[in-house]
Amino acid sequence: MTTTTATPTGGDRLVRRRARRVEPVYYLFLLPSLVLFTLAITVPGIIGIFFSFTNSIGIGDWELVGLTNYVAALSDPAIVQSYLFTFGFSLVTVLVVNVVAFGLAVGLTSRIRMKVGLRAVFVIPMVVSGIIIAYVFNFLFSNSLPAAGQALGIGFLETSLLANPDLAWTAIVVVTAWQAIPGALLIYIAGLLAIPGDVYEAADIDGAGRTQRLTRITLPLMTGYVAINVILGFKNFLNAYDIIVGLTGGGPGTATRSIAMTIISGFNGGDYAYQMANATIFFVVAVLIAVAQLTMTRGRSAL
Amino acid sequence: MTTTTQAAPATTTRSPGAGPSGGRRPRRARAERTNRPGTVVLVLCAVTVLLPLYVTVAMAFKTPGQAADGNAFSLPVPVSVQGFVEAWQLTRFPVGLAMSLLVTAGTVAATILLAALASYAIMRNWERRLFRWSFFYLLAAMFIPFPVVALPQIQLTGRAGLDNPLGVILLATMFQLSFSVLLFTAFLRSVPAELEQSARIDGATTWQTFWRIVFPLLAPMSATVGIFAFLYAWNDFMMPSLIISDPALQTLPVRQQLFQTQFSNNYHVSFASYLMAMAPAIVAYLFAQRWVMSGVTQGAVKG
Repeated sequence: MTTTTATPTGGDRLVRRRARRVEPVYYLFLLPSLVLFTLAITVPGIIGIFFSFTNSIGIGDWELVGLTNYVAALSDPAIVQSYLFTFGFSLVTVLVVNVVAFGLAVGLTSRIRMKVGLRAVFVIPMVVSGIIIAYVFNFLFSNSLPAAGQALGIGFLETSLLANPDLAWTAIVVVTAWQAIPGALLIYIAGLLAIPGDVYEAADIDGAGRTQRLTRITLPLMTGYVAINVILGFKNFLNAYDIIVGLTGGGPGTATRSIAMTIISGFNGGDYAYQMANATIFFVVAVLIAVAQLTMTRGRSAL
Repeated sequence: MTTTTQAAPATTTRSPGAGPSGGRRPRRARAERTNRPGTVVLVLCAVTVLLPLYVTVAMAFKTPGQAADGNAFSLPVPVSVQGFVEAWQLTRFPVGLAMSLLVTAGTVAATILLAALASYAIMRNWERRLFRWSFFYLLAAMFIPFPVVALPQIQLTGRAGLDNPLGVILLATMFQLSFSVLLFTAFLRSVPAELEQSARIDGATTWQTFWRIVFPLLAPMSATVGIFAFLYAWNDFMMPSLIISDPALQTLPVRQQLFQTQFSNNYHVSFASYLMAMAPAIVAYLFAQRWVMSGVTQGAVKG
C-alpha cells in the first residue's frame, strides 16, 4: 500500500517510511481485540473500583464515602470467613489434586495394561460441566452416602455431609478434585515422558531402588511441572463458584461461601458498592499472588 | 520409550537361568513387564471416575418408581425413557441446546480469530512500543478473575442490551483472550519469517499473507485455543447465569437449576436432563480424544 503512494515522491523517502511506519493493516488486526477488551474488562474494572468508594446500591443516587466500604469489609466476619474458607479449601484441594494426579501419572506412564483406555477415562471429568456433576454428587452425598453410612454404622456419615457445617467442605474438595485432576494429570504425564530413559538406566546400574528412583530422580526433575500445576490449580480454586453452588449453595448457613459467592451476592443484596470493595480487595489479593508466583517460578526452565 | 529400554535387559538376564522351563518363558517375561498391582489400582481409580457418570446414566433410564427408591447404583430394569421425554419439555431442551451451541461456537470462533490476528500483529511489530504494550495489556487479564469485574459487567451488559448470549460470547471471548494470545505468540515465535517473505515477494499483501500462509500454519495452536474455549464456554455456569437475564435464552448448564427448586424429587427427570446436557461434550471428547489430550498438554505446558 505504502509503496504505490510513495513511488512518485522518490525512492529515498520510501525507504525511510518503510522503516519507520507500521503497515496500517496491522492496526486493523490488533484494534478489535484492544477495543473489545477495554470495553469488556478494563472499563467495568475501573467503574467497579470507582464505585467501591461510594455508597451506591447499584441504581439511583450515590455519593463518595471514601474508604468506609473497605474498613467495613475487612472487619465483616462474613467476608473474612469467606476468605478463610476459600484459601483453606484451595490449599487442601491443590494438595489433594497434585498428590493424586502425580500418583496416577506415574502409574499411567509405567508398565501397565490398558494404558490408552485408562488415560482416556481419566480425562473425562475435564469435559464435564462443573455445576452438573456437582448436582450428581449432591444426590450421592445426600442419599447414597448416608445410606451406606447407616448400613455400615459409621456415625458421621449417617447424615448428609452437605448438611454438616464442619464437613461440607470435604464434599466440595472431593468434587473439585474429581474435576481438576485430569488437567494436572496431563501435565504430569507430559513431564514424565520428557524425562530421558537413560537417566533411569544409569540409576539402575548404580543400584537405585524404586523409592530412590522416585525421590532422587523423578521428583527433582518434575519440580517445574509441580510448580505449574500448583499455580494453575490455586488460581482456579480461588474463584470457586459453580461446584459450590451445585453442592451446598454456600451452606449450611454460610459455612462454605466462597469469595466469588459473597461478591455476587452484592448483585441482589443491595450492597453493590460494598461488594465492589470486596471485589477490589480480591483483585489486589489475586495480583499479589500472581506476582509472588512469578518471582517464585522465575528461572525455572520448565516454564 | 522407557518401558522398552528397561524391560529388555531384564528379560535377557533372566532367560539363561529359566532355560529348562522352555515354553513357559515368554509368558513369565510378559508378566514381569506389566505392572499388575499398578494396573489394578488404576482400574479402581478409573471406576471412581466413572461411578458418578454411571449413576447419571442409570438414574436417567429408570422408571419414576425405581428412581424414587433412592438407590443410585441399581440397574434400570425395565429401561424407561420417560425421564428424557419429560426433561426435554421441562427444560425446553432444543432451545437450551441451541443457546449452548451458539455461545460455544461464537466463543470458539471469536477467540481463535481475534487472538490469532492480534498475536500476529504483535509478533511482527514487537519492536514497536504500542504492540509490545498491547501484549502485556491483553495478558494482564490472566490475573483478573471474573468475579472481580462481574458486578459492573452485569450492569453494563444490561444497559447495552447485551444481557443475552451475545454478551456472554463477548465476555467469555475476552476472558479467553489473554491465554490464547500467549499461546499464539509463543507459537509464532517458532514460525520462520522466510515462509512469509516468499509470499510477499510474489506480491501478496499482509492481509493475504495472513490468511493464506500464517493462519493455516497456526492450525495446531488454533485447535488448542479452540478446545480450551470450547470447554469453558460449553460448561460454564457462572457467567451465563449472571449475564443472560431472560431464562428462555439460558444455556444448558444453567437450565439444570430448575431441578433444585421444583421437580426436585423426580430424579429420573433431572438425571435424564443432566445426561442430555453432559453428553454432547463427552461424545465430542471420545471422538477427538487424541487432539484434546495433546492440545491441553501443549496449552498447559506452554502457558
